[in-house]
Amino acid sequence: MSITQILFWFLSILTVFGALMVITRKNPVYSVLWLIITFMAISGHYILLNAQFLAIVNVIVYAGAIMVLFLFVIMLMNLDADAEPQKNKWLQLAGVVAGGCLLLILVASLKDAETKSKMAELGTGSIGLIQNLGQALFKTYVLPFEVSSVLFLSAMVGAVVIGKKN
Amino acid sequence: MPINNYIFLGIILFCIGVTGVLTRRNAIIIFMCIELMLNAVNLLLVAFSKMHHQVAALHQGAASTVGTEGQIFVFFIMVVAAAEVSVGLAIIVMMYRNTHSVDVNFLNRLKH
Repeated sequence: MSITQILFWFLSILTVFGALMVITRKNPVYSVLWLIITFMAISGHYILLNAQFLAIVNVIVYAGAIMVLFLFVIMLMNLDADAEPQKNKWLQLAGVVAGGCLLLILVASLKDAETKSKMAELGTGSIGLIQNLGQALFKTYVLPFEVSSVLFLSAMVGAVVIGKKN
Repeated sequence: MPINNYIFLGIILFCIGVTGVLTRRNAIIIFMCIELMLNAVNLLLVAFSKMHHQVAALHQGAASTVGTEGQIFVFFIMVVAAAEVSVGLAIIVMMYRNTHSVDVNFLNRLKH
């Protein structure tokens, strides 16, 4: 087993374990912390796939900004483990069964897909460097880039309007 | 690494997100599970763009720019997700201010 394979399996196990901890922790603060670990592992996957720019953006935007926002809101509301009300155990079981069935169906349908022999080679190429992505972003995709800035502005105004005391 | 490994990793992450949305009632944790699903799809997009980049590099040489499109797409998904989170958390804060709870069952009054 080469070093990239060991890294792939380590990061995959870390990602799945972190995601499982996110949905099983009672305290929302622990969920946020595990979600940060999951995002860090996904950033590691991006680096293995030579998407270095996306890895950095993922760490800064998701693990940095968005998760801090989540943590801030949770601490603002003073939620703790018993803030979540008692729920129906059968509904919970039904949710787990439904998720498991979705997993089963997706795995069964994609198990024999024709992508079986295709490879995503790890650790080669430089397509994900910021130079290449910036060229594509400001030449071909300059209009969506500007539109997304307008979207951000409207989201900001919307958040302020919603959060304002009426 | 075979692309199937990434497909299965994406499927598992997505299904964990779906299970979390179905089982939890805390609105913030439901939100985090949506982020988890978005990230599963992002990971798959990057893996597929990497696979196509290699196939294209065989035909067009190493200077091929195939593969940037998938990563640009992931970038825009992150932009939209960030905007969504800011508005969604504002809505949750407003809901908490009105009901002093983040239980999504309180939202069934929307149907009246």
